[in-house]
Formats: sequence, structure tokens, C-alpha cells
Amino acid sequence: MTIDPGYRVVIGLETHVQLKTASKMFCRTSAAYASAPPNTLVCPICLGMPGVLPVINAAAVDLTIMTGLALHSEIPPHAKFDRKNYAYPDLMKWYQISQYDLPLCVGGWLEINADGETRRIDITRVHLEEDTAKLTHVVGDDGQPASLIDVNRSGVPLMEIVSEPDITSAAEAMAYGLKLRNILRWLGVSTANMQDGALRIDANVSVWPSGAEVGNAKVEVKNMNSFRALGQALDYEIERQIALYERGERLVQETRGWDEAAARTVPQRTKEYAHDYRYFPEPDLPPLSITRERVQGLAARMPELPDAVRQRLVGELGVAATDADELIEDRDLTAYTLDVIERHGGPAAEVVTWVLQDVRRLLNARELDVADIPIDAASMARLLGLRAKGDLSTTMAGTVLEEMFATGKSPEEIVAARGRQISDTDALVEIAREVMAANPQAVADYHAGKDRAIQFLMGQVMRRTRGQANPGKVTELLRVELGGNGGA
Amino acid sequence: MPDDLFRLTVTEAEGALSAGDISSVDLTGSVLDRIDAVDASTGAFLLVTAEAALEQAREADARRSRGDAGPLLGIPLAIKDVLCTDGVATTCASRILEGFVPPYDATVVARLKAAGAVLVGKTNMDEFAMGSSNENSGYHPVRNPWDLSRVPGGSSGGSAAAVAADECLAALGSDTGGSVRQPAALCGCVGLKPTYGRVSRYGLVAFASSLDQVGPLTKSVRDAAVLLSAISGHDSRDATSLPEPVPDYAAALDGSVEGLRIGVAPEYFAEGIDAGVASAVRNAIELLEANGAEIREIALPHTEYALPVYYVIAPSEASANLARYNGVKYGLSDPQAVDVDEMMATVRARGFGAEVKRRIMLGTFALSSGYYDAYYLRAQKVRTLIKQDFDAAFESVDVIAAPTSPTTAFELGGRTADPLAMYRADVLTLPASLAGLAAISVPCGFVDGLPVGLQLMAPPLQEARLLRAADAYERLRPAAPAPRQAVEA
Amino acid sequence: MIDREQVVHVAALARLALSDAEIDRMQADLQQILQAFEALNALDVSDVAPTAQVIPLATVERPDTTEAPLSRDDVMRNAPRVERDQIRVPAVLTED
Repeated sequence: MTIDPGYRVVIGLETHVQLKTASKMFCRTSAAYASAPPNTLVCPICLGMPGVLPVINAAAVDLTIMTGLALHSEIPPHAKFDRKNYAYPDLMKWYQISQYDLPLCVGGWLEINADGETRRIDITRVHLEEDTAKLTHVVGDDGQPASLIDVNRSGVPLMEIVSEPDITSAAEAMAYGLKLRNILRWLGVSTANMQDGALRIDANVSVWPSGAEVGNAKVEVKNMNSFRALGQALDYEIERQIALYERGERLVQETRGWDEAAARTVPQRTKEYAHDYRYFPEPDLPPLSITRERVQGLAARMPELPDAVRQRLVGELGVAATDADELIEDRDLTAYTLDVIERHGGPAAEVVTWVLQDVRRLLNARELDVADIPIDAASMARLLGLRAKGDLSTTMAGTVLEEMFATGKSPEEIVAARGRQISDTDALVEIAREVMAANPQAVADYHAGKDRAIQFLMGQVMRRTRGQANPGKVTELLRVELGGNGGA
Repeated sequence: MPDDLFRLTVTEAEGALSAGDISSVDLTGSVLDRIDAVDASTGAFLLVTAEAALEQAREADARRSRGDAGPLLGIPLAIKDVLCTDGVATTCASRILEGFVPPYDATVVARLKAAGAVLVGKTNMDEFAMGSSNENSGYHPVRNPWDLSRVPGGSSGGSAAAVAADECLAALGSDTGGSVRQPAALCGCVGLKPTYGRVSRYGLVAFASSLDQVGPLTKSVRDAAVLLSAISGHDSRDATSLPEPVPDYAAALDGSVEGLRIGVAPEYFAEGIDAGVASAVRNAIELLEANGAEIREIALPHTEYALPVYYVIAPSEASANLARYNGVKYGLSDPQAVDVDEMMATVRARGFGAEVKRRIMLGTFALSSGYYDAYYLRAQKVRTLIKQDFDAAFESVDVIAAPTSPTTAFELGGRTADPLAMYRADVLTLPASLAGLAAISVPCGFVDGLPVGLQLMAPPLQEARLLRAADAYERLRPAAPAPRQAVEA
Repeated sequence: MIDREQVVHVAALARLALSDAEIDRMQADLQQILQAFEALNALDVSDVAPTAQVIPLATVERPDTTEAPLSRDDVMRNAPRVERDQIRVPAVLTED
């Protein structure tokens, strides 16, 4: 969407990320709630029973620090948890243990690419808190409207990444979200799936007439559960706010929810006094001292991040930028590819093409994850080696790859059974002559200027060699044997 | 076998049990009979679990017959209803928790059970431990066994009255600003508030999390030492629990105060302290001095600020701690309501008593936007000054002696109309709570037939020193005949 | 120090549906108590660090291991109303 140049768009994003820990944030109940029946992963602590106390999950702190490091944040030596008071039935204690003035990660940035431009979006902070229970609005068994509470999600570790209001379009917001999701997945800190709520992006949106000062009013837009919805909601909200000004109205601060079916944002009914959170230091949790050693240890545990890998692929290894972008969407596939590249030693671009096209097609066809790939990087590298040596044509290599997938056999085994590519000139000349003799009409056509006739003869050669003839060489030999091309 | 086994101390009863003179079933039966006889007068219990207690007593006897031993094996104890007990109703004396049955034990309860103690019931208290007279119970008030027209103190008034009236051998209470020490003083028993972090708070229903601490109420200092050894120590479920090992506190009681430096601060004998109380406490201090202790005057200049500091910090924390009682998950509710928001606010208004509401309001206000710095933050800073007073004082003294309560037990209804007057009942116990010290109240005589408590305070984790001093005083204390308890009439 | 309107606001924040009589009484009580708190303003605390906790502990964490949850019966036993294995509450009419 092109934004009216008479207006300036200001968007800040608040991203909530469920962390991939075994246990919840402050209790030892399993955090794997997604597949659990309602209220089967609940203990007195996450239920907010009287008398319970929280204890910090060290792994959640670690994953948050790793995310901060990936976002170039500062990790201050002191952090603490605070109570954020708000009254909602899905919040078991009626306060959320969160972080107020001393978060785990401060500042940072994320580089995005949108509308053909590369920009840095500044990060305000990354902090750690706990998720709420799940509330479903239903018609009860008695026919009355009611809400049902499943407490399983209560207490799942939740990391919040707050951006500065640096984002100026829906496209940038989407680029930010996708980039962030990719990093979170690379780090392994979260599944970061929007559909099941592991990644939730809320936006603060305000549009201002160009030249006018940016005011305080902003609209919080919620309930986007896909990237498509994020883009649509922001586009809608920007247009809605511009329309306000065009009608001579003013922007009012409010919370709006994205209504997927109606494809519009709608105001949410809130209480006017709902937002005095009365933060104060959580007395049940001593403050955190984050040592340099801990941060360094976590930095050492972190994988090479997608931006760095992309740079290596494009800059050092000569992989096409579009291919590199496509590849780094998938951390495991990238790791596999880099392994093959290293073992193969040949051109990396060719390896990437093989992986993105053939390997991925075979994985998808079998609904396999990269982790379950039936051919290891070494076998894949040897297959590409056979191809490079000329033992296999591209087509043959593709066929061998399919058989490797299906049977788990080594490429050498399969080639031994099927035979290698025939590149021997004498053998191929003999076959070419036989084919020409058997197909005088095609030869005549060729000489009459029908260049396509050579394709027919080529096909006949391939048939006789069961596909094993080196196609480049056959074309070359056929042209020599046919002599001058009448049509040329 | 004597028919008044219920009068035994923990230490005496353990001696009789291990000698085979009595069984836990005998002892427990005697205590349950005593409850039957006097609890209608004291109102000390909210719930008596007689059957379960006798079952635990039989189990304890069986353990003993198998050669098991232990200072609490088979000893009947009472538990303040602020501690969660697995499968046994826990209400905090609040209507809002009526019918709530926890599916888990507080760590201290689990430790007592593991030690083989017999739990006879849950004691009455001020609702959510907020009060100094036990008149804030959502169920019924507790009466002082020495004078049934007077309060037992609070908030652990039920535990103090139960111990004083021999309805248990000892009890657990909780102390946030004096809630163990003050009722112990008013009921004439020993009450110990351990160092903040010494005893696990897991399962202690939170009032003010940075102050709450579980402590024993007992008939003797030695019993307090025995109970403290049983309940204290690190708990991985409480991040504020201290990792230091637990000594055998009873073993430290050698009866000596020779060379003990006792600090006395004029701020604790200032205006508002009953003359009879001050005199009883001064006599106790002189007795210690006469037996080898060294008395030093110290200054605790920020003492007067403890009351406002406490009544900002504790209600602030309470406003969050008590937010969860909203009729959604447990306790009082109104499932037929149409709007959940309305239901929650209405349930809270119905379920909480006046004092609890007052403190929730006070705390909510102190934390609210625009007032946080003026109230909550400022109170936290003055808390630092109060703590620094003690740090400086403990450079030159080992313990500090003072009255526990400015007065003896007051009349029921005497202060209910004036919240501030009620708050002043804690004025001498609040400073040690704010500083996280160890402190104890030990009986030191009577004024007009009502008990007076001597308060001793020691630096964090110096419970052994504190108990040694208190035990030495208890041994030195003149064996003047105590007045007859009203409950005996 | 605290007017009636503030008391009404604080009661709303605290989710206490107080009656008019309770609001009046509360205002009087809070007024009296806050007056007593004025004493704190006599101290200069500009250079004093706040005390949130008195224990000398920091960085108390636990390893990321799990333990068994409550049985669903124990989760639901105290719930005022249960439907479809969940806690049922009256309809939520306003979003937070």
C-alpha cells in the first residue's frame, strides 16, 4: 500500500514470545500446554492458590539474554522482577510477575529489508514475564453467555520485545516480524508460531499530518494471529486514521482488535481505569545479578545468526541473494546445506540450488522435517561429486537422489547398479551414427533447416542409452555428424 | 497417669513419651478433651480435626514402638489458619476463603508432619493476619484466657490463646508486624518471630511478603527452640529462604547471660507505654543485669517512623497479595452473576471484612499513579534508616530488650472504632519486622492480673543467641504464683 | 489529602464494590491514617536507597526441570462452577 505523502505513520511493536522451556516460568509444571487437555498442566503456583511462591526458571532467563544478544541489546548487570497489577479473570493472581524498570535486556536493533530498502529498527527492551490462562467466551450449558478458563497456559514463560516507534508502514512491520521470528527460531528460544499464539504481535499505530508534531495519542491494535492479518490490520488502521483527518476528526487513544472476518479493526470495550498497573518490586523474588561470565557463556552457546550466514553465503560463497534469503528461512536446512557445501568443495551456488529445489521437493513430498532427512550431508556431497566429475548428468543425479531418498542407499551403490553417464566420444559417435541411419527423415528435416529435428535425434540417443548419455556431448557430436545445418 | 496431660510443655511431654509413661493417643485425647472443655470460652480454634489427630497420634505411637524418636513425635500442636493444610480447610479467618481446601501442605506443615507431630486443628486469627486483637476474624473473636472480656492480641490470637489455655502443647503462628510476639505477650506465652528468610513461607498465605514469617507460640523458650529447629531451614520452593544450616537451637540453651551485652533504647519506653508494663520490663532487664549481663543504652532514633512505614509497605504488598480472591477459582463466589467484573467486585466487597478492605484501599492508593513516590518509595527509604539504626546498635550490643506491647490485653471492642489506635498496639514489634530481625516475647510478670511480655531482639540469624538469653531469663524469672486464668473458672 | 472521588477511584482499582456508606467511612479512615503518615515527610531521604527486601540474596533460580501437576480433580475441586473440564465464570463483557 502506498501511504499518502501528506501523512506520517508511526508504529511501535510489542512482541510476546512464548519461550521453549520444559517447565513454566515460576513453577515446575510442564510448559508443553499446547497439546494438553484443559487444566491438566496446573499446580497450586500457576493456579494462584493462597500461599504459593514463585521461583525463577533459569532457562527462561538464559533464553531471554540470548535473544537480547541477538538483537544487539545491552545486558545490564542487575535485573529484577516486579508485580504488574491488573484485574482480569484470566490472570490467576490478578498481578503478573513482569519486569518494570530493570529488564534483562536494554536497547538494541533489528535490521530489516522492506520496500527494497534496508533499515534498522531500534529495540527499546526485552523483558521476561508469565503468560495468562486461556479464556474462551461461550454459550454455557444453560444457554447463558459465559467464559471458560483453561489454566494450562498460565505461567508459561513469556518474553516481550518492545520496539521503538520506528516503523513507518505495514510492510516494515511485517518485515520486522518475519525477521524476528526467523531469529527466534534460529536461536531455538521459541517455536514462534503465530497461529498457536507462541508469537503475538501487538502494534501501537498513530498517523500524523506531515509537518505536524507527533502527538501522544496512539491506537493499540491487537488480535492479529498471522502475518497476513498483521499486514492487513495495519494497512486498514493507517487508512482509517488518515480518513479521520480527512473528515476533520482527531485521533483518540484506544485499543482496537483486528476482526479477521470483517477485515477491519474494531474498538475493544475497556475500562477507563484499567491501566494503573501499580508496579512494585516483587518481594517474593530476590533481584538478579547477571554476571559477565553468564552472558559470555550464553553468547558462546548461540548459533551463527541468519544475517551472518546470509552474508557468508552471498559474499564468500557466491550464492545468489534470493537463494540465500530463501535458504535462511529454515535454520536446519541451512545447517544441512552448509555441511554439504563444506564436504562437496564444489560451487556453493550449485549445492544451494540442489537443496532448495530437489531436496526440499522430496522432503515436502514425504512431509519430512529436515531433521528426518534420510540422506546425510556426506552422501549428498558425494552425489554432487559424481555429478561434478561427469559420472552423472543433472537428470541422472536427480533420479539417483530420488532413489537415495526412497531406499537410503548410497549414491555409489545406485550408480553401480544403474551405470554411470556415457561421455566416451567413440561410444557416443557410434550410437549417434546408428540413430541417424535409422531416422533419415529427421536428418533430412535438419538439413532442411528444422533445427528442432536435432532434439528428436537427441531423444533417440538417450533412449538407446537409457538416459545415461551425456546430453551436452551428444548434442555436440550430433551437430558434427550431421554436418552443415541447412537452416543455419 | 495424670489427667491433665494437656498442661505439659512439648519438652515434658516428649520426655514422658520417650520414657513410655504415656502414649501420644493419651496425650492427644487429653488435649482434645481440653479443647472440648474450654474452646467455647476462648474461641481459639476455627477447626478441630479430632479424628485425623487421633489417627496421627496412633501413627506416632506406632513409629515410637518401632524405635523411632524425635522431639515432636506424637506431640499435639495447633496451626494458625493462615497455613495451608492438604485436604483440611484453610480460611485465614476470612469469609472469602470459606470452604477452600488446599491440595497441598505449607512447607512448615509438611515438616511438622514428617517429624511426627499431631495436628489438632486450625486456630482463629485476624482475617488474613491483619489486626492486633483477633476481633477481625470473619468467624468469631478470640477471648483472652486470663480475662474473657479482653482480647488475646493478634493476629495469631487463636494460637496464643490455645497455648495459654492448654488447648495444645504449642502452636504455629505468623508474624508480619508483631502477630506472634504481641498475642504471646498478651496471653502470657512465648512467641518467636524468626529472622526473615529463616523459615519457609511456602504455603503461608501471604499478607505482606517482605515481612511475613512463621513462628512458634509455646509454653517455654525451650519449646520454641525445639519447634524452630523443626520448621526452619532452606526450602527450594521459597526464593527468599536463607540457605544457612539449622543448628540444634535447644542445645544452645545453657542458662547463662554472663557477659551478654543487652541494649536498651529509650524510644521503647517513651510516651504511650503503660507504666506497669515498662516497670515489669525494666525489672526483667535488671534481673538479667544482676546475673551477669551488661546493660548498655542505645539509640534507635527512627523507631517512631516504623508505624507509618509499616502501614504503607504492608498494605501495599497486601493489596496485590489479596487481589487473587475474586470468586473465580476458589472460595466465595456468585456463579449466577451475569457480568464477571461485577461478580468479582461484589464478591470481594462481601467476602472481605472492614479492616482488610481498609488495608487493600490504603495499599492500592499508596501504589497508585502519582502517589507511589510519596508513599511507597518513601516508606521503603525510611525502612532503610530503621534497618541502619539496628545495624549500628548491634555493633555494640548482642541483643536489645524492650516491652513487646505498650499495654496489657485491652477490652474487646475497646479499639475497634479507631483503626490508628489499633495500629499502635504493634508499635514496639514493627521495627524488628521491618529490619528482618529475630525477636521473641517471653512472659515477664503480670499487671493487674494480666501478662506482660519482655521482647528481645537479635541480629538476623542469631536465633541461638536470642533463645539463650530468653531461656536464661525464664530460668531466672521469680516463681511468683500466677493469677488464676479466667478460663479455669 | 484524599477526597471522595479518589476513594471511589481507588475502590474501582482495587475492585471493591463498596456501598456509599462504606465509601464515606473509608474516606474518613484513610484521611486519618494518611495524616499520621505525614510524619514521614519530616525526614530527608533524598540520599537513601529504598529497601524492598531485607535478605542478602540475589539470583535465586531453579533448573528447568518439571514435576507432576495437580490432578484435574484437585484443580477443579475448589472451583465455584465447572463446565467442559474448565472453570466457568460469568460472561466477560469488557476486554482488559
